[in-house]
Amino acid sequence: MSELKTGGQIIWESLIHEGVDVVFGLPGGAILPTYDDLYKYDYPIHHVLVTHEQGAAHMADGYARATGKTGVCIATSGPGATNLITGLATAYMDSTPVVAITGQVSTALLGKDGFQEADIRAISMPVTKHNYLITDIKDLPAALKEAFYIARTGRPGPVLVDICKDVQQATMEFTYPTEVYLPGYRPNILAPDPGVIDRVARLINEAQRPVIVAGQGVSMARAEAELRQLAEKANIPVATSLLGIGAIPATHPLSISWGGMHGEAYCNYALQECDVMFAIGARLDDRLTGAFSTFAPKARIIHVDLDPAEMGKNLTIDTPVVADALMTLRALLPKVEPNEHPAWLGQINEWRSESVERDILTQETDELVAPYVMRQLWYATNQGDATIITDVGQHQMWEAQYFNHTKPRSLLTSGGLGTMGYSLPAAIGAQIGNPQEEMWVVAGDGGFQMTMIELSTIMQERLPIKIAIINNGYLGMVRQWQDVFYNKRYVGTPLYNPDFVKIAEAYGIPARAVTSKEDVYQAIRDAQETDGPYLLDFQVEEFTNVYPMVAPGKSNADMIRRGRPVEN
Amino acid sequence: MSDLQIRRHTIIAWLEDKPSVLNRVTGLFSRRNFNIESLNVGHTETAGISRMTFVARGTERDLQQITTQLDKLINVVHIEDVTNEPAVVREMAFVKVRTTSQTRGEVMQLVEIYRASIVDVDMSSVIIQIVAPEDRVNSMIGLLENFGIEEMVRTGRVAMVRGSSSHGHSHNASEWTTAPSATVPVVAERNGHRD
Repeated sequence: MSELKTGGQIIWESLIHEGVDVVFGLPGGAILPTYDDLYKYDYPIHHVLVTHEQGAAHMADGYARATGKTGVCIATSGPGATNLITGLATAYMDSTPVVAITGQVSTALLGKDGFQEADIRAISMPVTKHNYLITDIKDLPAALKEAFYIARTGRPGPVLVDICKDVQQATMEFTYPTEVYLPGYRPNILAPDPGVIDRVARLINEAQRPVIVAGQGVSMARAEAELRQLAEKANIPVATSLLGIGAIPATHPLSISWGGMHGEAYCNYALQECDVMFAIGARLDDRLTGAFSTFAPKARIIHVDLDPAEMGKNLTIDTPVVADALMTLRALLPKVEPNEHPAWLGQINEWRSESVERDILTQETDELVAPYVMRQLWYATNQGDATIITDVGQHQMWEAQYFNHTKPRSLLTSGGLGTMGYSLPAAIGAQIGNPQEEMWVVAGDGGFQMTMIELSTIMQERLPIKIAIINNGYLGMVRQWQDVFYNKRYVGTPLYNPDFVKIAEAYGIPARAVTSKEDVYQAIRDAQETDGPYLLDFQVEEFTNVYPMVAPGKSNADMIRRGRPVEN
Repeated sequence: MSDLQIRRHTIIAWLEDKPSVLNRVTGLFSRRNFNIESLNVGHTETAGISRMTFVARGTERDLQQITTQLDKLINVVHIEDVTNEPAVVREMAFVKVRTTSQTRGEVMQLVEIYRASIVDVDMSSVIIQIVAPEDRVNSMIGLLENFGIEEMVRTGRVAMVRGSSSHGHSHNASEWTTAPSATVPVVAERNGHRD
C-alpha cells in the first residue's frame, strides 16, 4: 500500500517523471491547491511567475523550441485559461510541444456559470492537438502521461489538461503509469516505404532543375547533417521555409535562402522554375507558395511529412511520403546519384547577382534602416552565433533576410499564427531553457508593446536577454499593405509610442536609443558587454518597406521588387 | 479526371466513447470547412467504441483531407471511406402524413409499394416508417408530399460493408482496440527528441 497523494501532488510528481524542471504560470483560485502542494512538498521544479498568462504559454513555447523538450505552462480557470489561448494557438500552428495545465471550478459547480468558470476544453479544442477535462482523480495520472506523450510524439503540438479544483484536493494511491493506451493514436509508424524511396530517388536523379525545400521538420528530426549530405551529393540547391531557416547554414554555397511572400527573389525564381521539388518537413502554406495553383508550375513535387493530412492539403503532390524526415533522408542518400547541375546552378547564380544589385544594403543611403541593423547584429554575434527571437511584421522579415542563420534552431518566430507579442515572452522561455546562449529579441514597436509587461519577468529571473526594438512609429507591415493595396490610407497604423528607454529603465533594465547608422555596431557591442538584459531602441527610417513582396493570392512569379539603383 | 469529380462519399469512423468526442468531430468539420450532409452515431459490437457513418460531398482530394484530418483526432480509432466498397447502405425515416378516410387507402398502397410500414394511425394522420436506400426514401417522400407531410425525421445514412472487406480485414472494432499500447519510458531524457 503506497501512501495517498493529492491531485496537486500527482500533478507535480508526474511533471518530475516527465523530466520537467521549470513551469511558467500564474496562480488563481481554481489552481491554488496545486500551487500549495508545490510549496508544501518543495518539489524540484522552478516556477516562473509571469505577468500575464499569454506570456506563460509563449514562454513554454519558446522553451520548447530552444531545447526540443516539452514546455509547461499553468494557469487558473476562466480568464487565466482563456489568456493562454493565443499562446496555445501559436504553438499549435508551428507544431511546438507544450503541455498546459489549468485549474477548473469544482465538479459540483461545473456548468453553473460560477465565478471564473470557462469551458476551456471546448474553447481550446481547435488550437490544441488534444485536451482533457479531469473530473475524477482516478483519470488524472493517465491524462498527464498521455498529455506529454501526445505533445511530443508524431507531429508535436500543445495539449491542455483542465483539472477541477476538488480533483486537485482529492487523494488516491499514486503510481505513474508506464504505458499509454491510445488506440486512435499511433505516431510510431515512421519509416518510409522502400518502393516510394526508389521512386523519389529516380525523380531526383532524373531532374534537370531540382530544388530542396526544407522546413522545420528537418530540425525537429535533427536531420540537418543528412539534408546537407543529400544536397552536396547531387548539388541540389536548398531553399527553406521561414520556420526551416537554420536547417542549412545560410552561408552554405547551396543555400538559396528562403522563399515565399517576402523571401529572396532568386529563391522564388528557383522554386517557380524547378522541375523536381523535394519538400521535406514543410507544410507548404500560403505564405510560402503564393496562390496554390501557380506555385512551382513545372515541378513534380515530392512531399515528405509525418502528417498524412498535409499530403495534398494545399498543392497537388506527385509523390507523397508520409514518414520521418531523418529516416527518409537516410534511406534516400545511398540511392541518390552524384550530380552537378551546372546550368541550373549557374542560372540561379545569375538571379542571385541580380537580387544583390537590388539589395537595399547595396544601395547607398545614410538613413538608418532595419536591414542594416540586422546585418550589424549578425556581425556582432560572430556571424550568427546567437539565437534570435523575432516578433511579427516587417522586422521579422528583415531579420530573416539579413541575419544569416548558420545554426539550427537559432531563429524562433511565430510563422504560422503570426502572433505579435510573441518574441519577448518566448525569449524568456528560450533563455531559461538554454542559459548559455546569447539571445536577442528583435521586435517591432507595435508587437513589443503587446507583451512588454514581461520585462518584469526578465528582471525577476535575472536573464541576460538583449532586446532590439525596430521602431518606425508604425504598425509597419500593416502600413506597408496600406501603401501597396489601400493607396496610403494609413488608418490605425501610426503609433503613439512611449519612450522605450524610460520604460526599460523603470524595470531596472539599461537601455539606449540609436538614431544613426554610425552608432549601431557599437551600441550592439555595448549591450553584449553589459551583464544582464539590455534594451536598444533603434529609431529607423519610417517608410522603408520589405521587398520582394508577393500580393496575397498572387503568384510568386509576380513579385513586387525594389528597383535597381539606376532606376531610382 | 475522376479526381476532380464531386461525389457523395460514405465514410465510417470508429470513435472512442469519450466525453466530448462528438464535439471534437463536429468542431473539426466546421473548422476545416467540410461539407457534411448527414451524420449518424451509435454503439458497436465493442464496448467503449462508437461508430459514426457520415456522408460528405467532394472530390477524392477533399475526402482525403476529411478522412486524414479526422483520423488525427486522438479519439478516432479508425476511419474508412466505403463509397467504392460493396456495402449495404440504408437510411431510416419516420414520416407523419395527413390522411383522410378518402386518402388513407392510397397512402397505404404507396407504403406497400415502397416496402415501408405504418407504425401509428390517427384519425387525421399516419406515421410511416421506411428503411431503405436514400434515393428510395427520397422518392417516397416526394410522393407523400402530395398528401401533406406534417412532420418528418430521418436518421442519415448507415452503412456496412458486405462479407469480408477487400482490405483483408473485418470491421470489428476490437481489431483496433486490442493492439498493444505504447510503452513509454518514464525517464526524463525522453522528454525531447531522439538522437
